[in-house]
Amino acid sequence: MSPRKWDKVATTVLYMISVFIIAVLAFLLLYILISGLPHVTWHFITGRSSSFAAGGGIGIQLFNSLYLLILSMLISIPLSLGAGIYLSEYAPKNWLTDLIRNMIEILSSLPSVVVGLFGFLVFSINMKLGFSILSGALALTVFNLPLLTRKVEDSLQAVHYTQREAGYALGLSRWETVIHVVVPSALPGILTGMILGAGRVFGEAAALIYTAGQSSPPLDFTNWNPTYIASPLNPLRSAETLAVHIWKINSEGIIPDASAVSAGASAILILFVLLFNFAARYFGNKLYRHLTGARERG
Amino acid sequence: MKNDDIRASLMKRSRAAKNERFGKTLTGLCILIIITVVVSIFFFVASKGLATFFTNKVNLWKFLTGTIWNPGATDAQGNPQVGALPMIVGSFAVTFLAAIVATPFAIGAAVFMTEISPKIGRKVLQPVIELLVGIPSVVYGFIGLSVVVPFVRRTFGGSGFGILSGTFVLFVMILPTVTSMTIDALNSVPRNYREASLALGATRWQTIYKVVLRASTSGIITAIVFGMSRAFGEALAVQMVIGNAMLLPGNLISPASTLTSVLTMGMGNSVMGSLSNNALWSLALLLLIMPLIFNIIIRKIAKKGAIR
Amino acid sequence: MEKYDRSDRYLKQLDDGQHEIALATKDLHVSYGEKEAIHGVSLDFERFKITALIGASGSGKSTYLRSLNRMNDNISGTKVTGQIMYRGLDVNSNQIDVYEMRKHIGMVFQQPNPFAKSIYDNITFAPKRHGEHHKKVLDEMVETTLKQAGLWDQVKDDLKQSALALSGGQQQRLCIARAIAMKPDILLLDEPASVLDPISTATLEDTLLQLKENYTIIIVTHNMQQAARVSDYTAFFHLGDALEYDETRKIFTRPKIKATEDYVSGHFG
Repeated sequence: MSPRKWDKVATTVLYMISVFIIAVLAFLLLYILISGLPHVTWHFITGRSSSFAAGGGIGIQLFNSLYLLILSMLISIPLSLGAGIYLSEYAPKNWLTDLIRNMIEILSSLPSVVVGLFGFLVFSINMKLGFSILSGALALTVFNLPLLTRKVEDSLQAVHYTQREAGYALGLSRWETVIHVVVPSALPGILTGMILGAGRVFGEAAALIYTAGQSSPPLDFTNWNPTYIASPLNPLRSAETLAVHIWKINSEGIIPDASAVSAGASAILILFVLLFNFAARYFGNKLYRHLTGARERG
Repeated sequence: MKNDDIRASLMKRSRAAKNERFGKTLTGLCILIIITVVVSIFFFVASKGLATFFTNKVNLWKFLTGTIWNPGATDAQGNPQVGALPMIVGSFAVTFLAAIVATPFAIGAAVFMTEISPKIGRKVLQPVIELLVGIPSVVYGFIGLSVVVPFVRRTFGGSGFGILSGTFVLFVMILPTVTSMTIDALNSVPRNYREASLALGATRWQTIYKVVLRASTSGIITAIVFGMSRAFGEALAVQMVIGNAMLLPGNLISPASTLTSVLTMGMGNSVMGSLSNNALWSLALLLLIMPLIFNIIIRKIAKKGAIR
Repeated sequence: MEKYDRSDRYLKQLDDGQHEIALATKDLHVSYGEKEAIHGVSLDFERFKITALIGASGSGKSTYLRSLNRMNDNISGTKVTGQIMYRGLDVNSNQIDVYEMRKHIGMVFQQPNPFAKSIYDNITFAPKRHGEHHKKVLDEMVETTLKQAGLWDQVKDDLKQSALALSGGQQQRLCIARAIAMKPDILLLDEPASVLDPISTATLEDTLLQLKENYTIIIVTHNMQQAARVSDYTAFFHLGDALEYDETRKIFTRPKIKATEDYVSGHFG
């Protein structure tokens, strides 16, 4: 074959590969939504799950997922901001800083199941938190911290050095300059990273199986006192999340309508992931335009 | 202000200086917490995982090469039966197979996005890849269970559970990661390499094949190794489709298991401190070490690429 | 480049009691890691005058300027030794609070670097951080400084607008307004006109000549006409040394040193 012909063939193959990948995503989304959405009723979203019989809902699991998400983000956002600021602004260029960066990279490359087991050992057993929301939130924090920190550091580094000099030259400390000048400028990137991180946390199951637990005790949605044992807000109760629920009913296969419930739950999960994804894009862009003043210029 | 006042204020620690120390301490503390977490992960998992060998006196070599996993029982010589080879083989099998299948697709898509049609790439494929990364692994597992497993069963026979199904699921899961890292590798090839090649009369494909891909080989390998690291550590999606049989896999369509699948299934059913529990922690230790090894490999490759 | 005898130098001494000195350096050395960039420069800067630092790129003029308010502190591996005398104190010492010092010795950079905030906030941000919260005072400050910087008429109706939406020349004048809002003694300018068009540059130079009434100004420039137009004194830098320092008029008409003569007549640089 002539080179020109080869070129044609190769281009065609590359087009086919790209179409294939788009088809895979389309198939995944359509399969989940088509098989799942018919099961999504108000009763399904808010109802209690069933252990043996068909017709259970996912209300508590959905609440647990959201509660865990909020709790773990409350811990990991300030921590990752602090760590990211330190690495970007204060860390001297030496072997110790390199070592710290390597440690964070290693943490981000650890399998989530290992993070879950560590959480089980340290939070659930050693710290006696048991299978609880708190253990789960801490495990999710460990799972999420390295990526968030990295994202914060990268976003801060993307802000031009002259912005910092402007602050220093006005007699401001580095800390003031970072908090009031650099962080606001880096906010679009940071926000995008945080929202995508939230999406990851929302769908995570392996880190939660042995930390937040695989059971959901009955909750009393009329009592919101966090110290009450059946309170939805009690951080020491065990809490099966949506993702863990999907895994559990599929691996144990006790309830007869496992595949219908999983499909419905997966659909909800996917809808949330899509929501997080679009939110990240939308708010990131909007904030960016707002900060750069592009809006005013039309 | 009078001269003396200014002189005095210059000699005093200002509000900004105090503020600076506050910020540095606060953020340093955050870093310290992360370091503590990393160190304690290694400490706790290692101390548990090594107990199998130091407390229960299991032979490391036998642990790595033994083919029977039955921690509750002992063999004829009275040694506990904790052979992890079936899981090790299972983990490596799905990892390598998934990487082999994913590589051509990842490179193809990356080449398409950087060389053929950057516009479609950025507008369509980029969001597609980002969405694929975002899909939770249990959803992949569920689809694997309800689509891939029946498909394998119909096409190849057997139960459908096994390494082949695991490979398919992992292939889709690591594809976006490998693709986006490959894109970075291709983008780092200087523009003028391409222009020089095209100016010499080479076709676009010749340029891609002989210039761009050659120049970015180390970056592409890094992407693949990174994807393998991901595949190796993936737990639930694989566990849902692999069949969870702790046997040395004879073929690709018979039920098998991986390190992660045994861990997720077993940890809840064993008593802390018992041999069967310690043996599971040894598997966790293996899982902890493997990303390190992948990491070292990536660094070695990156260094080689940098010298060239 | 021709080799010049670096021991051949003429530095005008201003500490003769006839001139009021606002800032002076004594044997100032700056090094990045192993490499020394400034080899002991001693200059006196007269109060309420404009002093220009000229020289080819790499001559060290910017490095020297940035040392004066210790901006190089933030670049790791940089060492500054020698004295920087301000109000009888050596501000290049650990006893001096660097943040307080920078309030008195302000700086405007080569690239306009307004914050991603509104015009109003750009000027009031630092004063607010330093404790000024009265709205009336802040409003007045915005108006005065913008007037001094020659920007008021163009932006007075748009103070809430993002500063990043301004043109390059306007941004640079905003940066000057921001710097003088701190009421510094001394204003350091690092090639402030290098990215501006000729008209913006002319406006900027007018601004500087007006500011001279209240501020001591030290300006780095690669533009010799600019130095000749605005400055009272000129220091010629070459390879990390100040070789000649004199009244601007003399530097450009009768330089005493061969290197200066070659540079101002355009033989190198």
